[in-house]
Amino acid sequence: MTNITSRHEGAAGDLTARALREALYAGLISLGLFVLFVGLKSDQNIRNELILVPRWGLLAIFVVIAMVGRFLMIAYLQPFLASQKVVNAATGMLPDSMASRFFRLPFFIAAVVVSAVMIAAARGLPDNIAAYATIIRGLAIIYSLACLFYMFRIFITTHFTVLAVAALVLYPIVIVAIFGAQGSLKWVDNFGIQILIYVMLAWGLNIVVGLAGLLDLGYVAFYAVGAYSYALLSSTFGLSFWVLLPMAGILAAFWGMILGFPVLRLRGDYLAIVTLAFGEIIRLVLLNWAEVTNGAAGISGVAKASVFGIWSFDVSAPNNFAKAFGLPMSSAYYKIFLFYLILALALLTAFVTVRLRRMPIGRAWEALREDEIACRSLGINTVTTKLTAFAIGAMFGGFAGSFFAARQGFVSPESFVFLESAVILAIVVLGGMGSLVGIAVAAAVMVGGTEILRELEFLKHIFGPDFTPELYRMLLFGIAMVVVMVWKPRGFVGSREPTAFLHERKAVSGSFTKEGHG
Amino acid sequence: MSLETTMNSDTILKVEHLSMKFGGLMAINDFSFEAKRGEITALIGPNGAGKTTVFNCITGFYKPTMGMIVLNQKAGKQYLLERLPDFEITKHAKVARTFQNIRLFSGLTVLENLLVAQHNKLMVASGFTVLGLLGFPTYRKAAKEAIELAKHWLEKADLIDRADDPAGDLSYGAQRRLEIARAMCTGPELLCLDEPAAGLNPRESAALNTLLRSIRADTGTSLLLIEHDMSVVMEISDHVVVLEYGQKISDGTPDHVKNDPKVIAAYLGVEDDEVEDVISEVESLEGGVN
Ligand SMILES: Nc1ncnc2c1ncn2[C@@H]1O[C@H](COP(=O)(O)OP(=O)(O)OP(=O)(O)O)[C@@H](O)[C@H]1O
Ligand SMILES: [Mg+2]
Repeated sequence: MTNITSRHEGAAGDLTARALREALYAGLISLGLFVLFVGLKSDQNIRNELILVPRWGLLAIFVVIAMVGRFLMIAYLQPFLASQKVVNAATGMLPDSMASRFFRLPFFIAAVVVSAVMIAAARGLPDNIAAYATIIRGLAIIYSLACLFYMFRIFITTHFTVLAVAALVLYPIVIVAIFGAQGSLKWVDNFGIQILIYVMLAWGLNIVVGLAGLLDLGYVAFYAVGAYSYALLSSTFGLSFWVLLPMAGILAAFWGMILGFPVLRLRGDYLAIVTLAFGEIIRLVLLNWAEVTNGAAGISGVAKASVFGIWSFDVSAPNNFAKAFGLPMSSAYYKIFLFYLILALALLTAFVTVRLRRMPIGRAWEALREDEIACRSLGINTVTTKLTAFAIGAMFGGFAGSFFAARQGFVSPESFVFLESAVILAIVVLGGMGSLVGIAVAAAVMVGGTEILRELEFLKHIFGPDFTPELYRMLLFGIAMVVVMVWKPRGFVGSREPTAFLHERKAVSGSFTKEGHG
Repeated sequence: MSLETTMNSDTILKVEHLSMKFGGLMAINDFSFEAKRGEITALIGPNGAGKTTVFNCITGFYKPTMGMIVLNQKAGKQYLLERLPDFEITKHAKVARTFQNIRLFSGLTVLENLLVAQHNKLMVASGFTVLGLLGFPTYRKAAKEAIELAKHWLEKADLIDRADDPAGDLSYGAQRRLEIARAMCTGPELLCLDEPAAGLNPRESAALNTLLRSIRADTGTSLLLIEHDMSVVMEISDHVVVLEYGQKISDGTPDHVKNDPKVIAAYLGVEDDEVEDVISEVESLEGGVN
């Protein structure tokens, strides 16, 4: 890579030749990969016979995209990135610190003053000087705008948490204002609530995987325990959501301990396999213990949550929310209420996690992830430490589960398959293990992304009306994940915030932290 | 317990008839020794002699096949270490250790490493997390004190400037010192160090001697030390025990051990009948054994 920047002329020809060669290889590989997947499509003809429909045009588009992409990457992107690196190494400055030197408040004020003076003075000047004044004025305005953007960005990054929470609180209000009560349903429910459920689940799993370093592939089991606890106890005993929410958490925590005991001695892959099996066992019990769980048919008509028992969302109830406030009947109120409920639950999870990290138990979890033997040599009981991680992680899964049951009004084993565990784990890994902000972003990208990909109608204009974009949803999703993992192998936020500091709080680079091995 | 009759109160650790078998290999064979309170006891021997295995038995990482390990605390309490689980040996019996291959929490900062070492104390202060989570002042006070203690040991180990850096970022010698500081933060009565000078340059090794001496002088902690670096062993230890093939071959003051023909033979690897010749040779060279 270094010779590219040093020997410009001679290297340019080499580079183009190499880029062309690599593009050819990429084309061949993608041809080989896609010829059966994309090039041929199995279909039925009028006589119901299976026929193969060739789609050479589409295949050609795939191959060309791969070739062009590879060519641009080799010929332009890689040299550019390499030269960036050289520049950074030569100046010894990070791009960030350059920006902070370039954009300063006094400079900004000076630029504003200069542009104001130029505007005021422009009239009185002779024509030939006025042209220069215009240029200076333009530059000053551009600089002050850039300054504003820069300061805005700094403001956002330093106040991220407060701003993000404020934005989430305002979100339903803004959506209702834009789309009206009925039109807001999709945005509040599919994007808001759906994403926040996953944020909460991933934050719960983060305690087990991200902090304690115990790879749990069966987390969805606790979600299921929470959901069924609420569904069964509310339909059998008529208990309210607010009584059952903590109960579901406690039951899930209890199951977390039950899972914890047998797997205490296991590490790494073995732990992952046993937790995976545990998740499946819970699902199979729910499926087959039909007298209690109603088997595959699931439990329907699960009671809705109420506003602390004061207002209900049942249409027939006398204290119905809409009636109480004299509003027109709509399901939007319940959705908005649910949005704030899951937001509060998720924030509770975050708050507890942040608090716990500064407690001895939270530090012991992270120490356990780093080195279990050293933990024991310091007098830490690793058994109880692991069990509390499992139990507390499971508890938040249980909370989320009972919320899920109240939201859907229906639970069945279908909702708690392994894929769910995998998605939650993927969110934790993609976000950066241990980082709450990274995980929230990853959940928004993963869950919101799959939702947005449902709306790929515009691709029909590119590939023709026969193209069914929904089918490519998962493919695009997979590609996006691979890209992120190549680009940021430690997840969106790879560094770790220390829990205590003496002189200054410095983030710990991801290259020092371990992922844990069991 | 009837042990008290057999044990002098200034003995902190008494190992009796310790044996450890790995399959067919007798790593330690009927090994007995005593460590005195407030002294630095060195355990030396050629590679593979079984020194680390002795440590692992004392600190509970291995359960010995046979034998008894008695720890005698200053307050008079006695513990049979071979019966305790590893973490309770540190928690209750107050024995701390370091490892031959450094085991730090590399992704935690230096300060955090020292706070993890104060886990049990902080756990009680935080009401087993419940009170701490609710923000009770007892925990806040204890956390502040924990940081003060960490600061004290960071200054001793000359790491105060690196307090907020990840432990994995430290140099090898600094990592060794941090591991000792971390063990001291558990408040031990007996500190077991497995080759603390391994990989240190002469200057670092001299600084280590000072650190170990000051630990003993300031806290009264007794030290048990495995070391190959004879400049460390001979200079700071009060008592040396020599192990070869899992058996004790010598036991006494550094001077005594240094001149013991069996020890010299073990280190130089000569036949038994040549030992006498070796002694006279070594005496003229004085102690440059490694
Ligand atoms: N867990 C184990 N399983 C089987 N054999 C072991 C185990 N631990 C130690 N040994 C064996 O016991 C013997 C003593 O090993 P030990 O590590 O105690 O030696 P050492 O005196 O610490 O050596 P060194 O100076 O090289 O650190 C060796 O032969 C070793 O292979
Ligand atoms: Mg050893």
